[in-house]
Amino acid sequence: MSEVIDRPLRDDEKPATSRLRIVDCDVHPSLHSHDDLNEFLPKRWQQHLKEYGSHLRTPYLFTTPYPRSSPLIARRDAWPPTGGPPGSDLAFMQKQHLDPLDVEFGILQVLDLFIFSQQNLEFGAAIQRAINDWQLAFWSHRDPRLKASILVGQDGTDLAIAEIERCAKIGEYIQINVSPRANEPLGRRRYWPIYERAQALDLPLGIHVGGYGGHAPTGGGWPSYYVEEHQSNAHTIAAQLASLVIEGVPERFPKLKIVFIEGGFGWIPSAVWRMDQHFERFRSEVPHLKRKPSEYVRQNFWFTTQPIDEPDEARHLRALIEWVGIDRLLFSSDYPHWDFDDPRFAFKTPLTEAERKKIFSTNARAVYKF
Amino acid sequence: MAVTRIDCDIHPAVGGTRTTLLPYLSDHWKEQVVSRAIDGLDLTSYPPSMPLSGRVDWRPANGTKPGSDLAMVQKGAFDQLGASHAILNVLYGAQAVFDSYMAADFCKAINDWIAAEWLSRDPRLRASIVVPMQAPDLAIEEIERRANDNRFVSILVLAQGETLLGRRHFWPVYQLAEKYKLPLAIHAGTQYRQAPSSAGWPSHRYEYYFVEAQAFQAQILSLIYEGVFGKFPDLKVVLMESGVSWLPAFMWRANKTWRGVRVEVPWVEREPASIIRDNFRVTMQPFDAPGDARSVEEIIDQIGSEKMFLFASDYPHWQFDGDDPIPPNLPKSIIEKMCVDNPLETFPRLSVN
Repeated sequence: MSEVIDRPLRDDEKPATSRLRIVDCDVHPSLHSHDDLNEFLPKRWQQHLKEYGSHLRTPYLFTTPYPRSSPLIARRDAWPPTGGPPGSDLAFMQKQHLDPLDVEFGILQVLDLFIFSQQNLEFGAAIQRAINDWQLAFWSHRDPRLKASILVGQDGTDLAIAEIERCAKIGEYIQINVSPRANEPLGRRRYWPIYERAQALDLPLGIHVGGYGGHAPTGGGWPSYYVEEHQSNAHTIAAQLASLVIEGVPERFPKLKIVFIEGGFGWIPSAVWRMDQHFERFRSEVPHLKRKPSEYVRQNFWFTTQPIDEPDEARHLRALIEWVGIDRLLFSSDYPHWDFDDPRFAFKTPLTEAERKKIFSTNARAVYKF
Repeated sequence: MAVTRIDCDIHPAVGGTRTTLLPYLSDHWKEQVVSRAIDGLDLTSYPPSMPLSGRVDWRPANGTKPGSDLAMVQKGAFDQLGASHAILNVLYGAQAVFDSYMAADFCKAINDWIAAEWLSRDPRLRASIVVPMQAPDLAIEEIERRANDNRFVSILVLAQGETLLGRRHFWPVYQLAEKYKLPLAIHAGTQYRQAPSSAGWPSHRYEYYFVEAQAFQAQILSLIYEGVFGKFPDLKVVLMESGVSWLPAFMWRANKTWRGVRVEVPWVEREPASIIRDNFRVTMQPFDAPGDARSVEEIIDQIGSEKMFLFASDYPHWQFDGDDPIPPNLPKSIIEKMCVDNPLETFPRLSVN
């Protein structure tokens, strides 16, 4: 064992003593196999899935462009004893995650089938619809702690609107999820009809990292390694924050709530400072913005905490939380993935009971109206 | 002349290929640029009339590009902003040309023009070598051509090129950079080969400028994880006009991700943040900090190195108002180091003359 792992915990690293029922804004359920969707997917699309499979802007049919660090990016201990991939067995998820960590509500984030990245938009819409139904039937109805999101691909905007309307009538979904990597940045006008519906229905817009939109993961081109791709997730989210703010989405839809999921939050202060710093220079290009970018960020955006930053000094994490604003942060674990944050240990800086309550529960309950 | 303040990033402007550069082009390209009207290669990153590209009081009265007039640059960078020396970084489209032969000849012409019409006319000036990274073998030829002229103190590349800078096909460039003590200066700017971020193509230049900071971050990761510093441990990389305040959180995330996934890059044996503090430097305009002194102090503390900071005005770009390019609220110890000691350590060829 390494020295780092064996050393005794410092005071600021010890688990919190009091138990708090938490809201986990990022829990990944998984299909056992594509057959799980058969009851929700029309025959025509079942046949398409079987014959043609996913059509993505990536080089390989059956794996990701960058080999990940573990099978299915999962924790080694998250494989259910009953078989099937991590996240596919509700009883095991309850036993390993929801019960011992006192998860009062868990928000489902489905990544199966690269659901947002299908080039065939009709096929994409069909599996989004099937997965939206599957989330209720396989998860929410069997454990009401687990909350479903309406997954839609924003590039098929008309299909997305139809699916949002269908699911909104069912009334059990708590947010609308779109992709962070689509054909165009999220702020572009072609996507505004989705934001108009989200605001009208008072459903937050959730954006979870991942997927393949066809653009290189960085502005400098394609990296060689997963270690680079993993960090680029934060860049994607920062770019989408800038796109939404600068194109004027919160100006146009002031009541829209936008939640970025698995982007972490270390990058937020400097991103906001940079937008504010250059606002004056570029003001003549964006006269539609009536206020400084930081004001929109504080009004319309929330951020889940995982993967939490781990500065060497606890006081730096403390400064970071104060810069971001404790009201903007929603705890997320990313169960069952390898870079999971354990709510007992993740925050390596002391938090007051009131602060813990906000990050682990009441902020999310206010956004999602639990 | 006493070295009291070295401005590591100022920008002279190229008028055009058929005007400014014409005398310096080869006969073939002289004929080509005239007969085919090959001109107007100003980078999309910096439209000359965009407010950021030129502060109002640094724009020539006759409407030519900011940075195009030597006397005006001298007055601004030296008399007004107080530099004793300054490094010229040319941002013109030679670096973005698709034809690598054209790129090489245009880069050579730019460097010849800088030597003849800037460096030879003011001993306070130094310059970065503009190179055709489109063809690393031709970039090497250009570096060899300038190697004996110590007025050239670094190698200039754009933050967004055809491929990330860590990739092995660029390593011969870094070998020479290390040999001749030329830091690699990565400056904001793009060849427009791919979208500026994974989110896609933005509508506004404001947004583009914002995400450009991420390109620098991707370049840092690429240079580290491809193993460039294992092979060339003395190579220094200068981030120019990158912004600064993103460094702490970027380093935390890099360390954490490396700890989790280092099995993929076993040749990287140290935490990325420690490599960044040793091998990377950053110019101080823009800084992108909040207005209060406590936050600035905190950011500097989080970065954890006084060696990384280099004084720069980014003249004639509009990054600040007034006569003081030093970002407000910086600790005194940083200011002393960033003006002389750090630039001399980063650009060893500055000391030769």
